[in-house]
Amino acid sequence: MATEKKNISEEKEAKKKEMILFLSSSEEKEHFLSKGNRKLLSDPLDDNNPITVQVLGICSALAITVQLEPAVVMAIAVVFVMAFSNIIVSMLRNLIPSRIRIIVQLVVVASLVALVDQVLKAYAYDVSKQLSVFIGLIITNCIVMGRLEAFALGNGVYKSFLDGIGNAAGYGLILIIVAFFRELLGSGKLFGFEVLGHKAATVADSTGLYALGYENNGLMLLSPMALIVVGLLIWVQRARNRKLIEEN
Amino acid sequence: MEEKSVNKTNSNGYTFLFAVIMVIVVASVLAFTATSLQPIQRENVRQEKMQSILATIGVETDRAGAEELYNRYITEAVTLDYQGEEREGVDAFTVDLAKEIKREDEEQNFPLYIAEYEGETYYIVPLRGNGLWNAIFGYISLEDDVNTIKGATFDHLGETPGLGAEITKEWFKESFAEEKIFDESGNLVGVSVVKGDIDPSDKDDNQVDAISGATITGDGVSDMISERLQRYLPYFKKQTDIKVATK
Repeated sequence: MATEKKNISEEKEAKKKEMILFLSSSEEKEHFLSKGNRKLLSDPLDDNNPITVQVLGICSALAITVQLEPAVVMAIAVVFVMAFSNIIVSMLRNLIPSRIRIIVQLVVVASLVALVDQVLKAYAYDVSKQLSVFIGLIITNCIVMGRLEAFALGNGVYKSFLDGIGNAAGYGLILIIVAFFRELLGSGKLFGFEVLGHKAATVADSTGLYALGYENNGLMLLSPMALIVVGLLIWVQRARNRKLIEEN
Repeated sequence: MEEKSVNKTNSNGYTFLFAVIMVIVVASVLAFTATSLQPIQRENVRQEKMQSILATIGVETDRAGAEELYNRYITEAVTLDYQGEEREGVDAFTVDLAKEIKREDEEQNFPLYIAEYEGETYYIVPLRGNGLWNAIFGYISLEDDVNTIKGATFDHLGETPGLGAEITKEWFKESFAEEKIFDESGNLVGVSVVKGDIDPSDKDDNQVDAISGATITGDGVSDMISERLQRYLPYFKKQTDIKVATK
């Protein structure tokens, strides 16, 4: 009788420990900003960048890098969605049946985005108007699904959270760099401000660079230029960071 | 322990159960949020509509203040039929243009708002047409000569940010001010969004400057303006106190 009780209490203790481990998310005891965890945040910015190295999320990079403002909005939105979807999937990782895991991930991402959209529509209508076109782009963004599949399904909650933020930031960084060049060279503006001077109907009326006969490059506004700029970025990154260059 | 849980999550029964529970949970959360937030969302849309209508005659306001100013300046909201006769019993404000536009001409309701602002009368025509990806819409206000545009606002459902979505920007809307909708020989041509060298200061050429990379959205705007305005011509011709330039 006594041993039975002891067993039960031991079992309870073990369960408790399991719970704590589950919540604290890292299996080994680790400082919450240990070197490994910091790497989760910083790696995707350079060595393991989702766009230039993993080549994920190219599709949305084409669509919204014509100007800086939408690129920044998209970057912020993706940080939110990735952080939370990674947390949710990581929490459910031991419960998700492996055969339908992709569907489950999709449902988590899609309902999260739809939920946020509904709340914004009610309480922050102007923000939701800004985001309206991005909703679809976020759901279909391969980075979100890619990280859920590659990381959140096999790692603890806190690590997955960091991985989500890191990858979203790496994605946003490239987005903003590409948008910077496309807006500057394509329309002569940054965040909508005319940084290269004002372009009037005639050269004589123009100011700044335009007075010297400078013309905007309309090609920069078209989608193919986003790919070419990303290509150039990959080139620059690999020239600088030799370990990214593949053998043979 | 680990082995067991893997087996458990791989069984057919568990997979089905998980899927069913997931769908029920997700569906009820989404349905609950959508229904409980709907009244607030509707109110936002209503106020934004008033805000857009007011913006075309140069009354700038925030969403919260739109209703009061709308009631002050919009003196009449009428629903017309295709012959320019007023339709009784149809509230112009609640007419859903998205549905109307799909109906036969004879059945369509054409809402028209009449505003009195700073001693001038303006006619405000709601617009709706197709952009590149989805619907585009807006309002255009005419001065009492029914030729000169006072102002216009545009909005869209899914145009590309930085390209087609630029139609909502101030500079594009402003380029419509003072443009004429009739050409020199008195035909209603609307205002065309044109690529290339046009003079933005020429207000009699029925043309405004296009957005680079947004040709189809721009054409959509041109088509929407001429198509919609054409429908109101019978009404304007009937009003004897309005001089409509026609051939």
